[in-house]
Amino acid sequence: MDLTLTGEEEDFRRRLRAWLHDTLPGLPPEPPADDWPARRAYDCAWQRALHDAGYAGLHWPADAGGRGATPTQHLIFIEETERAGAPYVGANFVGLLHAGPTIAAEGTTAQRARWLPPILRGEEIWCQGFSEPDAGSDLASLRTRAVRDGDSYVITGSKIWTSHAEVADWCELLVRTDPAAPRHRGISWIALPMNAPGVTVRPLRTLAGTTEFAEVFLDEVRVPATHRVGPENDGWRVSMVTLSYERGTAFAGEVVACRRTLARLARTARANGRWDDAVLRRRLGRLHAEFTALWRLVQWNVSEAAHAARTGGDGVPGAGGSVFKLRYSQARQELYEAAADVLGPESLDARQEWTAQRLSSLSYTIAAGTSQIQRNIIAERILGLPKGR
Amino acid sequence: MDFRLTDDQRALQAGMRSLLAARHPRERLRALADSPPPAGPRAPDRALWRALGEAGFFSLRLAEKDGGVGLGMPEAVLLFEEAGRALLPGPLVATHLAAGLVEGAAEGNCVVTALDGPGAAEHLASAEAVLLLDGPAARLLHTGAGGAPRALRARPVRCVDPTTPLHLVRQLPRAPDGGVPGLPADAARMRREAALLTAAQQLGSAFRTVELAVSHARQRAQFGRPVGGFQAVQHLCAEMLVRAELARAAVYAASLSVEPDEPAEIAAAKLLADSAAVRNARDCLQVHGGLGFTWESDVHLHLKRAWLRLRQWQSSADSEELLANTLIRDASHIPGRHPANDATDVLDAENVTA
Ligand SMILES: Cc1cc2nc3c(=O)[nH]c(=O)nc-3n(C[C@H](O)[C@H](O)[C@H](O)COP(=O)(O)OP(=O)(O)OC[C@H]3O[C@@H](n4cnc5c(N)ncnc54)[C@H](O)[C@@H]3O)c2cc1C
Repeated sequence: MDLTLTGEEEDFRRRLRAWLHDTLPGLPPEPPADDWPARRAYDCAWQRALHDAGYAGLHWPADAGGRGATPTQHLIFIEETERAGAPYVGANFVGLLHAGPTIAAEGTTAQRARWLPPILRGEEIWCQGFSEPDAGSDLASLRTRAVRDGDSYVITGSKIWTSHAEVADWCELLVRTDPAAPRHRGISWIALPMNAPGVTVRPLRTLAGTTEFAEVFLDEVRVPATHRVGPENDGWRVSMVTLSYERGTAFAGEVVACRRTLARLARTARANGRWDDAVLRRRLGRLHAEFTALWRLVQWNVSEAAHAARTGGDGVPGAGGSVFKLRYSQARQELYEAAADVLGPESLDARQEWTAQRLSSLSYTIAAGTSQIQRNIIAERILGLPKGR
Repeated sequence: MDFRLTDDQRALQAGMRSLLAARHPRERLRALADSPPPAGPRAPDRALWRALGEAGFFSLRLAEKDGGVGLGMPEAVLLFEEAGRALLPGPLVATHLAAGLVEGAAEGNCVVTALDGPGAAEHLASAEAVLLLDGPAARLLHTGAGGAPRALRARPVRCVDPTTPLHLVRQLPRAPDGGVPGLPADAARMRREAALLTAAQQLGSAFRTVELAVSHARQRAQFGRPVGGFQAVQHLCAEMLVRAELARAAVYAASLSVEPDEPAEIAAAKLLADSAAVRNARDCLQVHGGLGFTWESDVHLHLKRAWLRLRQWQSSADSEELLANTLIRDASHIPGRHPANDATDVLDAENVTA
């Protein structure tokens, strides 16, 4: 058990902290939450700045365009950028946090060379086309079909709740390539260019009033077969790699952000008199414990994954990610419930930042696998209970 | 950074587990729980106490030059976690803290219990010495075995945990003038260490009840299948594991805390370990159905001991208050580029409209 940092890691932290200190004050103001093209430009500019300073894809392998940094350096990066209030990954979420790592793990040399550098330079945005109207939790029932025609696939079907689809260049798409095979066997993972003829994006409005996700219609879209990542009909396995990144580490930075929010909440409560309410105060204290421990759990999971990678494993985050995701998504919702009680009537103002966050937090127990699905995974895959119904 | 246990730590943990399996097997736990009241307060088994002493349980953190093992808090936490798993009774934390301060404590030749202000003291009648924490002061009361209840005017109660004799003390005796020599450690530090070691025991119990629930759910069949195949049961078990793992991350991290004056990590550890132990025991009971409500199942022993530890050293309310106050302190130096979101601005806006 060791949480101490090496001298090199401490150095890395100091340099990063200094760079953030110099860089952040010069950033332009953040665009409004619902102006997606402006947000894309803003998020990409930030990614470019990270890239130019040598901080992009830190923990990706060097031959995937990354810096081959240790998992610990990656955690330091997350901690410091969040602590300094640096911009959130935003539109780069899918590319950086799960499509990119999936391509790094499963792609060919040519695929890595084609797709990874533009993600790191903030030039191309990815989205995730897994869910369909009739295939959410039951992802393996997806129906979007890809029919092989010479060197191409011809894809027809539709996807839903596709975050950032409006501004994305690429989509990690799950399609059925063998309708006759058992459900989990006939699926493939394909990189779809969003500007291909036959792709139509129709924004969906979220309950927060924003248009962060969309429906995507695919009408005989032609995609070169070389865009398939992993073997044909092996996409279910590849998608599990994607999902384990999504649940494993993709939310790590947000834990740090939640701790900052909590401290700001405490300060607000003291300023507006709500701090005198012992029940509310203790709720904030308990949340502080939860987020502290969640960050420790990230360190624990990362240590386990790094060890597995050193001893011949694939370094993909394990089912422990479900333990983290389940509790994190609940804690985040409790945080914004507490925020509403700190704000009082002001929490009814939809333009209040914390109110917007409260609305957005409602998705956390649904997206990336619902809480019920995470519990199923924990019960069956970690605890070894019989398959449930 | 490698948060996982080292090979030495694993070996230490395994050694303690097998020692307890041999010296404090389930039959012994049950014999303690089943001997009907009023058998009177049961003393810790002195032979077992000495065996723990020989294994270094009490002297673990004492420097080698003082006859100790010279290991640290992380190792102590692992041993106390095992003690919690096995529901080992006795004032383990107090005797561990007293090693080096009370003669014989390090070797397991005497039993030391503790009182953190007026309240409940476990195993008081068999203790040779009592560690008294009174505000910022810590002192030792040497009474000799059997003398403590009278010296403290303690009232025996039948503890809800059948394996722990308990006394209630209304008032601590006044400290003699001029202080008590020979007690270098300060009370605040002892409280923090005691809270962490108690949290470690809660953690062990929390993981043990996950195992009990899962193994019962695999075996018990209803409607022609194991009840563990029912999602409602699976989800109870999954939440139990999440609580235990979160508590483990907190307890282990707190044991590594390099800054001894940073009590927030320890408060978080105690808070989360307390709820993991108590809530896991309740859910475990639920998974066991009617059997869980019988004396013969071990589940209630975990729940009752968890209730006892919940009230020892740092209550949940105390932990929560401490953590809340840390937040205010942290808030004064949050950097950020979002002044528009800051509390002060919210209030300014309010003032404008008012
Ligand atoms: C904000 C947001 C962003 C998203 N972004 C993307 C994206 O970018 N790309 C993408 O592909 N998808 C995305 N999704 C979709 C998301 O992955 C799905 O919504 C999610 O997997 C749940 O599927 P569903 O909505 O079909 O719900 P359903 O599967 O229909 O579930 C309905 C209810 O039934 C429960 N349920 C279902 N099956 C079981 C079971 N076996 N056991 C117990 N309970 C069960 C669920 O927990 C839920 O409570 C996003 C969703 C949200 C909310």
